[in-house]
Amino acid sequence: MDEQLFTVTVFSENQVGLLNQISIIFTRRCLNIESLSVSPSSIKGIHKFTITCFSNRPMMERVVKQIEKRIDVLKSFLYTDDEIVYQEVALYKVPTPQLLDDKNVELIIRRHNARILEITREYVVLEKTGHSDETEALFEELRKYDIRQFVRSGRVAVTKDTHEYLNMYLDEQERRKARQCQSL
Amino acid sequence: MKEMISGADALIRSLICEGVDLVFGYPGGSIIPVYDRLYDYQDSLKHVLVRHEQGATHAAQGYARVTGRPGVVIVTSGPAATNVITGIGDALMDSTPMVVITGQVATPFLGFDAFQETDVVGITQPLSKWSYQIRRPQDIAWAVARAFYIASTGRPGPVVLDFTKDAQTGMVEFGDYKKCDFIRSYTPRPEINDDDVRRVADMINNSDRPMILSGHGVMISQAEADLAAVAEKGDIPVAATLLGLSTMPSDHPLYKGMLGMHGNIGPNINTNKADLLVAIGMRFDDRVTGNVKTYAPQAKIVHIDIDESEFDKNIATTATIHGDAGEVLRKLLPLIEPRKRTEWLARFDKPAQIEYEKVIKREVYPESGPMTMGEVVNKVSEATGHKAVVVTDVGQNQMFAARYSRYSEPRSIITSGGLGTMGFGLPASIGAKMGAPERTVCFFTGDGGLQMTMQELGTILEYNTDIKIILLNNNFLGNVRQWQALFFNDRFSQTPLINPDFVMIAKAYGFGAENVDTREQLDGAIRRMLEHDGTYLINVNIDETDMIFPMTPAGSDVNNIMLNATETYPID
Repeated sequence: MDEQLFTVTVFSENQVGLLNQISIIFTRRCLNIESLSVSPSSIKGIHKFTITCFSNRPMMERVVKQIEKRIDVLKSFLYTDDEIVYQEVALYKVPTPQLLDDKNVELIIRRHNARILEITREYVVLEKTGHSDETEALFEELRKYDIRQFVRSGRVAVTKDTHEYLNMYLDEQERRKARQCQSL
Repeated sequence: MKEMISGADALIRSLICEGVDLVFGYPGGSIIPVYDRLYDYQDSLKHVLVRHEQGATHAAQGYARVTGRPGVVIVTSGPAATNVITGIGDALMDSTPMVVITGQVATPFLGFDAFQETDVVGITQPLSKWSYQIRRPQDIAWAVARAFYIASTGRPGPVVLDFTKDAQTGMVEFGDYKKCDFIRSYTPRPEINDDDVRRVADMINNSDRPMILSGHGVMISQAEADLAAVAEKGDIPVAATLLGLSTMPSDHPLYKGMLGMHGNIGPNINTNKADLLVAIGMRFDDRVTGNVKTYAPQAKIVHIDIDESEFDKNIATTATIHGDAGEVLRKLLPLIEPRKRTEWLARFDKPAQIEYEKVIKREVYPESGPMTMGEVVNKVSEATGHKAVVVTDVGQNQMFAARYSRYSEPRSIITSGGLGTMGFGLPASIGAKMGAPERTVCFFTGDGGLQMTMQELGTILEYNTDIKIILLNNNFLGNVRQWQALFFNDRFSQTPLINPDFVMIAKAYGFGAENVDTREQLDGAIRRMLEHDGTYLINVNIDETDMIFPMTPAGSDVNNIMLNATETYPID
């Protein structure tokens, strides 16, 4: 079956141990998490996980259902790249002496739309945001300057869909609660 | 009125508020404060002291499976917590409501490899429905309420509360206990989509050869009567999974037998003849489906379940209804057109007849030769009027007990289905008897499985529990031996057992017991066992060559059915 990169988003209550509960669902199925990022969401008290993983659709659909089955998970969604706007940030630490006197540096920074965050006598820290192939491309170009450190964040993503399904879910739960109170 | 009490006290009061009157457990260092408080509550909360923590979990499962209410376990930290893991995993696989409370070292010691510290929440997360560490006394009532709500609603399952020692000894204000009835992120009783119901009703009405696959979900939902009503209105044959046994009485004309590896030929063969399979509260386990690629390719598949994650997990569906089995069946009933499906139902006759001729006659009604497991089970079932709670261990004894017991009442089989835990049966039968004291509990076991948790005979002794133990003793790990005989050239690697005198062991505990060496002794022994006031063990001498058939080899097509070691059912 066709393997491709999927992005899974998970919205959960702020409870201890959620990350482990979610990650073991991948582990058990021998799925490698490519990147993972966790942060508060736009709604107070709700955390958002963004996970990328190479696999096939049936497998990922099963994974998403297993994630949603965890008690403190509100909702989980599965996306392919065309359904989301996504971004990553990368940092590059390069020795300063290597960059000095090199006519290409300006060109590289311009072309990649990179930023310089810090300059010391010993090193320069560059930053680039973009898709992984873009941060990778800059990494390749900087390679000859003897990169000391390189780090790339996990993917963060928002959907292109005009419906906000999490909000719809939360509204539905409010109604469910109200109905339940009435029936008591 | 609010008062200050210890966390240990708050736990016990919370349990009582949840209606718990029986817990299974074993004390230890990190749970002593709870046991100290328990001392004052002996009238309202009975504690059953098991002999090993694993036994506490299986006893709680047995209790939960006969009553439908969560079984409760209290144990200490460390090795006690790791000893309950098997039971927790078993309860998750078999959707059994259970609340397990483990002691834990005091919070300042967490993470320092303190004496008897284990990462209980970490270990139990993949095996439980919810796992939570109580670190503050003020969280106890909330956590207990949530635990019972989660364990007993939706698809039931085990919940773990890891209770730190300082939360047990800390003081807390205990006011009105509030049961949990809502969790925003958890919808235990989904609203049923009426369009889905109509669509499925149409599929059933337009089907010439439908078959209902009834699983444990029907029993959990207490939907036995609803199942029968739908089946009768549509004249639809019903087959049961192992855990779905007794959801329809064995003598119901529409009941066509058990599915799966050692199930009945009719339902298995007709899985690949039906034009529609309606699966209710079951999960298409590989022991039911065999090879999923050749499983019912001709049939539309409807899956009705309360757990959405089961849909399309093992078998691709044509339609699904997400909801409680009973509620769905009650919505379906008025939409089902009354119809006779005589021709289709007749297609179960020939396989049943061949099964009788080729398997049952030999196994259940042998006229000579050594005793067979099937005839023992059949005689026990008849002697109990098919009304007993049948508890099994795992292996050949389990399959024989499941196949040849007949069921007249719901909740009559307690067995470890998904996890297949040897040693499950003895402690489970203790819990079953305590949950249903008015019913006869017959425990079928083998010489291997019995010895895995045999220490629980001490629990039976202490609480004067009445269990009828039928030991089908072939001095072998029989099921593995069967596979070795059929698929591994008779190489009986590590399956023969040198056994003790089980009758002497039973007698040492003060139980009634006798050996049954010949067929002539069998009827009398069963009669004495059932008439005996208290636990009684019959040690039945079974020939090691007795094998459980029919058999669909693991991973093979569902309609590839061995009738014996050399003969296969002819597929037409």
